[in-house]
Amino acid sequence: MLHLDGETLAYGKTVVLSDVDFHLRPGERVVLLGRSGSGKSTLLNAAYARLVTQMPGNVALVPQENGLVPQLSVFHNTYMGRLDQHSAAYNLLNLIWPLASQRNRVDQVLQDVGLAGMARKPVVSLSGGQKQRTALARAIHRGGHILIGDEPVSAVDERHAAQLIQTLADRFETMLLALHDIALTRQIATRIVGIKNGRLIIDRPAAEVSDDALDALYHR
Amino acid sequence: MTRLMPSITAEAGAGLRPRISIALAFLFLAIALLPVADLNVAGHDPWAELGRMATGLLSPDFAAIGYLSYTAALTVAFAICGVAVGAGAGFLLTPLYHILPIRLFCVAIRSIHELFWAILLMQITGLSATTGILAIAIPYAGIFAKVFSEYLDEADPRPVRSIPARTDVISAFSYARLPLVLQEFGTYTLYRLECALRSSAVLGFVGLPTLGFQLDTFFKQGMYGAVAAVLIIYYLLIATMRLWMRWPLAPLYLLASIGFLASLQTPPMAAGMLRRFLTYDIVPAPLRNGDLSQTETWQRFGEWLHMLTFDQALPGLAATMIVAQLALVLAGIVALIGFPLILPLIVGRAGAWAGHIGLVIGRSTPEYMLAYVLLQIFGPSMLPAILALGLHNGAIIAHLMGHQSRHLSKDLRPDAPKGINLYAWEVLPRIYGNFLALCFYRWEIIVRESAILGLLGVSTMGYYIGTAIQELRTDRAIFLLLVTMIVTMVIDVISKRCRTSLGLDGLSSHASTNRC
Repeated sequence: MLHLDGETLAYGKTVVLSDVDFHLRPGERVVLLGRSGSGKSTLLNAAYARLVTQMPGNVALVPQENGLVPQLSVFHNTYMGRLDQHSAAYNLLNLIWPLASQRNRVDQVLQDVGLAGMARKPVVSLSGGQKQRTALARAIHRGGHILIGDEPVSAVDERHAAQLIQTLADRFETMLLALHDIALTRQIATRIVGIKNGRLIIDRPAAEVSDDALDALYHR
Repeated sequence: MTRLMPSITAEAGAGLRPRISIALAFLFLAIALLPVADLNVAGHDPWAELGRMATGLLSPDFAAIGYLSYTAALTVAFAICGVAVGAGAGFLLTPLYHILPIRLFCVAIRSIHELFWAILLMQITGLSATTGILAIAIPYAGIFAKVFSEYLDEADPRPVRSIPARTDVISAFSYARLPLVLQEFGTYTLYRLECALRSSAVLGFVGLPTLGFQLDTFFKQGMYGAVAAVLIIYYLLIATMRLWMRWPLAPLYLLASIGFLASLQTPPMAAGMLRRFLTYDIVPAPLRNGDLSQTETWQRFGEWLHMLTFDQALPGLAATMIVAQLALVLAGIVALIGFPLILPLIVGRAGAWAGHIGLVIGRSTPEYMLAYVLLQIFGPSMLPAILALGLHNGAIIAHLMGHQSRHLSKDLRPDAPKGINLYAWEVLPRIYGNFLALCFYRWEIIVRESAILGLLGVSTMGYYIGTAIQELRTDRAIFLLLVTMIVTMVIDVISKRCRTSLGLDGLSSHASTNRC
C-alpha cells in the first residue's frame, strides 16, 4: 500500500535520504533502526504524508515530541484523534462540555494505555511518560489499520514499553515505527529496516537480521 | 524563560559602532532642529500659575464626588465596551491577517489615533456612546488583529500537524491552535483594557462624558483642587484595575457597561448622517459643488489640493516631525536616566520602589493629558508637547528596559563595580541594544502622538485637522488624516529598516512593542 521507488527525501533543502526503495504491505510491522539523525523521522514523515493522502481515515500518527496541546486535558488531547469524524459544532460542544458518551469512550482508551482516571488532568501537569501515553491514546482513539510512530514509547520504562507496544500491535494491523531499543524491536518487528549514511542498508524480515548487523548500524 | 522575554544575553552580531552612530545622528538632528522649534514660554508668568496649580493639587477637592464617580464609571464602561468590540473584531480578522489587503486595512485603521477617530465619528454619530465605543474599538481592532496573529504564528505548530488531516478548520483551530495562545490573548486583552482606560479618559477632551471632560472643565475654571480629585480618581482606576477586573467577572462588567452606556442621554443626530458623511461631507469641496465634466472643476480641485498641501499638510507635517524628533531624543534621555533608578542593584531596594512609582505615574498619564497640563503652565508652543511625549514615552521605555533586565544580577561577576560605574560599564552595554530597539518602536508612536497633540493648539497636523473639523470641512480633515497616516507608515518602514540593519529585530517582542 506504500511504495517509494528510488525517491529522494529531504528535510527542507537538505537531502537526508537518497535513492530510497521502500514498501509497506498490509499486516507488516516494520521497525526503522539507525542512529539519531540518520533519517528515520524523515522516512516516517514521508510515509505518513503519502499514506494520509491515499487513505486519510485509516492512518494514525504518534509524532516525535507527541504534538500535544499542553493547555488542554488528557480527555481533549485524546478526543482530538477523531476530530475529523464529527461536525465542528459537535467538536466545539465537547471542547467546552465533554459529553458522557465521549468521556466513556476516551476512558476506555486511557485504561489501555495506563492513564485510567487521568482524563481531567491538563497535559501540562503530566510527566514525560504520561504525555507520551496521551499521544498513544490519541492514536488508538483515532483508530484505523495503520500506525506511524516515531519513538512512540521512548519516554516510558522498559517493562511498560513492552506492554504498550503490544497494545499498539493488537490495535493496528500494520505498523511503521522508529525505535532505538533492540529488544523491543525483536519483540514486535516482522521486518527491520536499518538506515545508515543516508541509505537503507538493511531491509529484511526480522528473523533474518542478525544482532551483529544491527550493532553495525550504530558504529561508524 | 518564555519566548516573550528576549534574553538580553542573546544580543548577537551587529557591530557596536553603527549602534552608537545612529543614536548620535538622532541626537545631532534634534540639536539642529532646536533653533527652528517653537519653544517659547508664553508671555505670562508660568511660575505663578504653577504655584496656584501646585497649591490646588496638594489640596484635592472631592466636593463633586458624586458626579465624579459617575464619570469614572462611564470612563470604565467606554473602555470595556471599546475593548470588547475591538478584541472581537480583531479576533475575527486574525485568520485573514496574512491576506495583504486585510493587513493593510488593519495597519490603516490602527495608524489613526482614537481622538481622530472620535472627532470623525462625531460627524456621523454625534456625541454618543457609539462614537466613544467605536473610537476605541476601530484602532484597537487593527492592533488586536496584528498581535493575535503574531501570537498564533509563534505558537507550537506540532499539535495541528498531529490531528487528523481531514479535520475541519474550526475544530482544528479551536482544539490545536487557540488553546495554545488563549492565555496570552487574555493577558494582552487585559493590558489593552488598561490602555483603553487611558484612551477613554482622553476622549473626554473632545466632549465625551469621561474623566477628561471633567479635567478640562475644572482646569478652565481654575478649580485646581477638583482637578487633583479627577487625577487621583483616574490613577486609582488604573492602579486597581488588576484587582477588580477578573476574567470570570468580565461578562458581568460587559453587560453592566452596555446597560450603562445605553442609558446615556445623547443629543439627537439627524437621520442619514452616515450616508451624508460618505457621499457628501468627505468629497473634496470643489468636486462636491462643481460639475465633474467641466475642466474648471478639476482646476479648482487642483488648487484645493495645492492649498491644502502647501498651507496645511506640509507646515503641519514639519511641525509634527520637529516635535517628534525632539520628543524621541528626550524620551531616550529620560529612559537612560530613569532606567537605572528602578534597578535595586544601583539605587537599592527603597530607591527602586521610588523609581517605579515615578515611572508608573509617567507612563499611566496619557501624553495628551500631560501635554494639556503642561500647556496650561507654559502656554501654547511645542515645548509642552515635546516634554509630555518625552516624559511619557521615556517612562515606558525605561519600564520595559527594567523588565527586560530583571535577571541581570545573575550575569554579573561577583566583583562587579557599584553605582554609576556598574551602570555605565556593566548594565548599559548589556541593555543598549534593547534600548535602541525600543526607541525605534516608539518612534512611529511618537510621530502619531505628535500629530494628535495639535488638537491642543500646538501647530502639528492635529491642529489643522481639528480646525477643519470645527469649520465643518470634513473633506480637508480626511485629506490631512490620510497624509498623517501615510507619514506614520513611512516612519514605521524606516524604523523597521533601521532595526533590521542594526540587528535589533529579535530584541523586543510584540508584547513589549504594542504598547499604548
